[in-house]
Amino acid sequence: MSERLQVDVTIIGGGIAGCAAAVALRGAGLTVALLDKGLCGAGASGVNFGGVRQQGRDLAELPLARRARPLWDRLNERLGEDVEFHASGHLKIARAEAEMAELERHAKAAADHGLRLQLLGANEVRSELPWLGAEVVGGSLCAEDGHANPRVVGPAFARLARRLGADVREHAAATSAASTGSGFETRSERLAIKSRFLVNCAGVGAGKVAAWFGEDVPLTPQVPNMLVTEPLPFFITRSIGVCGGGVYLRQIARGNAILGGGAGWGDATSDRSRPLTAVSLAAMTKALAIVPALAGAHVIRTWTGIDGQMPDHIPVIGFSATTPNLVHAFGFSGHGFQLGPVVGEIIAELITQGRSTSPLAPFAIDRFANPASIEPASAVGSEQ
Amino acid sequence: MRAAEALARAGLKPIVLDEAERPGGQVYRQPPVAVGRFSSAIYGFEAHKADAIHRVLADCRDRVDYRPGTLVWNLFGDRLDLLTRDGHAEQRFDRLILATGAMDRSLPFPGWTLPGVFTLGGAQIALKAQGVSIGRRVAFVGAGPLLPLVTHQYAKAGVDVVAALDATPFGAKVAQARGLLASPATFAKGLWYTARNRLHGVDVKHGIQSLRVEGDTHVETLVWRDAAGAEHHVACDAVGASFGLRAEAQLADLAGCRFAFAPDSRQWFPERSAEGRSSVAGVYLAGDGARIGGADVAELQGARTALAVLEDLGRAVDRREVARLDRALAQQARFRQALDAAYPFPRHLLDAIGDGEIVCRCEGITAGTLRQAARDKEAREVNRAKALTRIGMGRCQGRVCGEAAAELLAHACGSELQDVGRLRGQPPVKPIPIAVARLGVRSLENAAGALAESAAR
Repeated sequence: MSERLQVDVTIIGGGIAGCAAAVALRGAGLTVALLDKGLCGAGASGVNFGGVRQQGRDLAELPLARRARPLWDRLNERLGEDVEFHASGHLKIARAEAEMAELERHAKAAADHGLRLQLLGANEVRSELPWLGAEVVGGSLCAEDGHANPRVVGPAFARLARRLGADVREHAAATSAASTGSGFETRSERLAIKSRFLVNCAGVGAGKVAAWFGEDVPLTPQVPNMLVTEPLPFFITRSIGVCGGGVYLRQIARGNAILGGGAGWGDATSDRSRPLTAVSLAAMTKALAIVPALAGAHVIRTWTGIDGQMPDHIPVIGFSATTPNLVHAFGFSGHGFQLGPVVGEIIAELITQGRSTSPLAPFAIDRFANPASIEPASAVGSEQ
Repeated sequence: MRAAEALARAGLKPIVLDEAERPGGQVYRQPPVAVGRFSSAIYGFEAHKADAIHRVLADCRDRVDYRPGTLVWNLFGDRLDLLTRDGHAEQRFDRLILATGAMDRSLPFPGWTLPGVFTLGGAQIALKAQGVSIGRRVAFVGAGPLLPLVTHQYAKAGVDVVAALDATPFGAKVAQARGLLASPATFAKGLWYTARNRLHGVDVKHGIQSLRVEGDTHVETLVWRDAAGAEHHVACDAVGASFGLRAEAQLADLAGCRFAFAPDSRQWFPERSAEGRSSVAGVYLAGDGARIGGADVAELQGARTALAVLEDLGRAVDRREVARLDRALAQQARFRQALDAAYPFPRHLLDAIGDGEIVCRCEGITAGTLRQAARDKEAREVNRAKALTRIGMGRCQGRVCGEAAAELLAHACGSELQDVGRLRGQPPVKPIPIAVARLGVRSLENAAGALAESAAR
């Protein structure tokens, strides 16, 4: 016999977006139950690079990233603990003139969204960051971007949600959800929850949840391949990305350099994932080309996890196309960490006001109904 | 080496990947080069066994492909990632025997990170392999049979051993005397070490209640409380302290082997059948890496596991040999059970750890930080505690602090040790130089294939 709950909103998935939604919904006075298959914040929210980055994003995402950025300045206060957010600045590197031209184009477009990017030529970039390797010919600096500790943000949001009265259930995977006419009934092994609204923030598992409501989404696993070195004297002052992707790296106050690039092995069905050696070695080689001073360091750990990826590399955020009062937010395609806190607010807006102040049209779930309408991503390169 | 020998005898040509430069493992570790010391001086009673193990390679000659100086740093599917003298290399396998051994189980105590504090095993290796002592006036602390042995070896080498302290009660040994007699030779050796230690003026004190090491920049004094509660101060310049052994089971973890909690020794081991099979087809376990059994058991288990491999390959095996090994292993298991009970886990030392004490020395994480994560941050599982506090996240990846962290976390949560889980293994098993990537990937298999091809031409 399972336990029965009745709430205003059921949230499936305790990543940053789901937990931030629980926090915002409690703030609006609604009752909330949240189900996570494991521990909150242990999925893609917890294993990513930790980039708090606006530049280089798909232009459709920029309004969300712009709105999210000030939330990070207040996050420690909001959560009551240090999430190690550091506005280090983010430098996107060009290794060829063609890449520099691409950065210039992006800087112009980003300016239309109020994001000021500073283009640095070869001399400038080298005088500011003398430790960069010889192949760097320039870069684009976003001074207000930075990084934070992904391992602590999700759990901190989950605990805040609990303190605010949300019923957060861990090790409670949703096994089914269906419309009841007046709302939804969501079940886990030991729980049956009735609610007026349902939120699907289930990461790579969100495709399954959408399918329960007749929505077929082309969601595939995305498996970031991550590495970390032993602690080194601090010198990598900026978070670093590369035009065209391939590798990204940052150094934390503790001294460890964290780097990623490429995809590991992952199986969403069994929820198992592993870094791939060839990918790790390639990331190490690329990192050494950009930051040659890492040559004496040791790699002490590699890891990965599974995010959900959409064909156009931007998420699904918004109401269901089939079922009233069902809200989706998934498919962040490896760059949802920075957006997480604002996505929580947007979900709450959709539920309490029926609309969001942020432009969500590009993230509609039914954009894949007609494949020809999918625009290729305008992002400069994928990077968390 | 015993597994390799048995496989070679059956006509296979096993590859032995050894992190060390010369065969012998930890117990029969050899000096890095021939140093002109007789093995009887290095290995004592066990010299004949050490010589026999060291001889295996010579006897098998080209029937064993021995590759020293090779760290297996990752395992995924049927592929091993290796760090060799020449850089990174890969090795595929169809059968794998993991004989990864054990290391000292460290527990924090006040002063344990001071320079001059070693593990018992570290102290022993220094003497055995390098012919050096960890200090001039040395104190030893333990909770296992390594304590009387290392004490004996140091005293015999002429080092001033100023204290030998056993954190487990003497009564536990008396109570297990019957079971310990399942291995009369080992029991006799234990008595002999004790007698010799007395002769050297070192009497092992049992049931010590607390210990701490004091010193400004280096070990100066060991302070301990005896079973009766009296405090003692001993001047010394080095301390060897560890509390039993822990399995080095990271590769078994990466192989996906199922683990089980062993309440008697309070640690997780990869499950191993009596024949040496793991829960993963094609992966076998021998030696202390799957259950602490000591050197004699490791030899027997190594040979037995090789026979299981041969059976699984459909080869004929000598049933009498199988029966002999199984009998010997059963006898040893009775002895081991008694030994584990004779040296119970000294958890009173951990309970006394103050909040300011460092538990994870790589990352400088204190017991207080760990307890706070349990209390305020809902950390009820070790991997979550690691994610929130960085405990076990440094160079050693929890090999040194993992057991203590789990004990402290379980205590703070009021839960059983097995309920807080165990740290997940993540590659690399030990740190690898980032520069290894620039040397390029070399597949040993391909290299061998190319050689065979060119030879055929």
